[in-house]
Amino acid sequence: MRDERAPGMWRTALAVLRKDLLLELRGLETVPAMILFALVTFVIFHFGLGRDTIDGQLAAGVLTATLLFAAMLGINRLFVAEREQGGFDAFLLAPVDRTALLVAKALALLVFLAVLELIAVPAFGLLLLGPPLGSRLPGLVAVLALGDVALAVIGTLVSAIAVHTRARDLIGPIVGLPLLLPALIAVARGAGPVLAVHGSGAPPGRWVAILALYDVVFALLSYAVFDFLLED
Amino acid sequence: MTTYGRGLRGLAIATVVTITVALALVFFYAPLDADQGFVQKIFYLHVPLAITALCGFVFGGALGAMYLRTGEARWDIRSYVAIHLALIFGVGVLLTGAIWAKASWGHWWIWSDPTLTSFLIVMLLFATYQPLRFSIEDRDRQSRYASVFAVVAGAFVPLNFIAVRAAQAYVHPRVLTLAGGNLPGSMRLVFVVSLLGIALLYVTLWKYEMAAKNTRMQVRALRRALLGDDAVSSLKRSAAPS
Amino acid sequence: MSWRRCSTRVDQLPAIELRGLVRRFGERAVLREVSVTVPAGATLAVLGRNGAGKSTLLRILATLLRPHAGEVRVFGEALPRRAFAVRAHLGLLGHDPLLYRDLSGRENLGYHARLYGVAPRRVEDVLDAVAMRERGDEPVRLLSRGMVQRLAVCRAVLHRPRLLLLDEPLANLDPAAGGLVAPLIGRSSGATRVLTSHDPAAALAEADLVLGLQDGRAAFVCPPAGVDQPMLEQLYA
Repeated sequence: MRDERAPGMWRTALAVLRKDLLLELRGLETVPAMILFALVTFVIFHFGLGRDTIDGQLAAGVLTATLLFAAMLGINRLFVAEREQGGFDAFLLAPVDRTALLVAKALALLVFLAVLELIAVPAFGLLLLGPPLGSRLPGLVAVLALGDVALAVIGTLVSAIAVHTRARDLIGPIVGLPLLLPALIAVARGAGPVLAVHGSGAPPGRWVAILALYDVVFALLSYAVFDFLLED
Repeated sequence: MTTYGRGLRGLAIATVVTITVALALVFFYAPLDADQGFVQKIFYLHVPLAITALCGFVFGGALGAMYLRTGEARWDIRSYVAIHLALIFGVGVLLTGAIWAKASWGHWWIWSDPTLTSFLIVMLLFATYQPLRFSIEDRDRQSRYASVFAVVAGAFVPLNFIAVRAAQAYVHPRVLTLAGGNLPGSMRLVFVVSLLGIALLYVTLWKYEMAAKNTRMQVRALRRALLGDDAVSSLKRSAAPS
Repeated sequence: MSWRRCSTRVDQLPAIELRGLVRRFGERAVLREVSVTVPAGATLAVLGRNGAGKSTLLRILATLLRPHAGEVRVFGEALPRRAFAVRAHLGLLGHDPLLYRDLSGRENLGYHARLYGVAPRRVEDVLDAVAMRERGDEPVRLLSRGMVQRLAVCRAVLHRPRLLLLDEPLANLDPAAGGLVAPLIGRSSGATRVLTSHDPAAALAEADLVLGLQDGRAAFVCPPAGVDQPMLEQLYA
């Protein structure tokens, strides 16, 4: 009596992703907040560091920290609508692969991060970065894209854990930050040479490799354990 | 039900004997380090503690995976005890590491040692295990989420060491590496005995805590069976499974 | 001859079989050894006070909660192991409408249509059936509770479920709206139904079989004709 109509994993994930993007477009709550947060943080770093321009490792560190904390805002809100408006039950009732929810939420977070960086990275170039951004952009985009995958995967996993806890606003960040540390080290160290005044503009292969390894390992691991977070 | 108390006495005696022998060897047999002098002997406590704690974290992850496979609560309890003890050992690692760093290099903390830095990050992650459990009220969900955490964090341990080691531009010249690959023979013997002692201590404590939890659960189950469900006061909110 | 016997057996397959169902929350048992069998197409009314275990029973049948002991079969499939096979045939209508407040009714139903692999045409049909076609593009948060409940009915029956799990389905609905949803979730829907209600009289009128729950135990299982006033008084005492 298995139902042939039931959609496959990817079609389900796309349906959920579509719904999430529609909800974000209607509410315009999460992404604008992430962008504003990042811009304010750049201003804080300007005053905190007492510098008009920064470059190299310092610039990479400032950019990584800013994007990380802006991403945390999105991660905290990722499952809020599901919990408060019955989205979990509605999804769990449907004859679909539960892992599709992980895939959809990670993709949604990836879209949010891309939009954030589309604005925050040029703003960083204008406000703080010493050397011109133009020629450094491809290398930076490569490192940030790999970092975004790590943020999306771990963010989704941690958010799915945190949303069912009492102290959900605290559990997400305190579990997520140490778990993300290896990826953040790699993003910061990989972007450092890219943003240096006399850099070649290419990220060191070692860091790209570590980021890719991190992404693959945790994507597979999240895929394996995600179902257990939805059962009741 | 497994009886964790079986063999506990023999194990405890073996632990005491091994640790006594290890201490005697450390103080009276192990050679003084040429550069660092007496304080280097903290190595025989620091490194075995670190190895045992890391193995304890990974062990907890494996037990968590067993819980997810079987759904039997006892695996979650085993995982909890493994991680909880590894955390206590881990605090010892950070303290002895700081003392060693202060005595050798004059600073309480040195970032240039990738092993110690990695260990700090692992500790920061596992320190969230108890708050996470404490924050979930439903017992089944607590077990499931804690096991998911244990599995993910267990896999995190090796990846983290790779990333941090790569981040260090140079490794601070250390007399001894963690693996003990280039230890002189006499030091190696003392190190192995110390490691055995600490590992035995971990296993003894693990079995001891499991026996205590097991007994408490059996008492509760008996009370429920004899007096009925409502006669047993419900458990207080707690991070510890029982 | 053998296939004939086979086919009659399929026809007689009960929609729901519960045998010794136990569910705990922590150490507290919410359902204790509940057993009941519901024939296909019949309506089971579940009665009991708040906290008697009605909603828990519905959530177990909806595959949202796992049973801790006992046997649960829906359309012959054992839960929770075969939950995946059962889900396509379940419709749950509970206290929570399971609709996103910032999306319109049409968008919400479109999302569910994708999850169930149902043709978009069906969304318009069910909106028509509950007279919500005109207001289908307004965000759910702007609608009255009665209208939200009508949309929730649409959501529950969108995929033409063979088993309807109805937790107080007529709450928030006036009689006219109740008449609108009757063909979808009433007896004439043809589906097997499990129904809870705070109003025993209304539930008894709809039921073929009544399960009285008291502190998680089945106090009685009998046809509505066999339920008399003292039994109800004891159940709600």
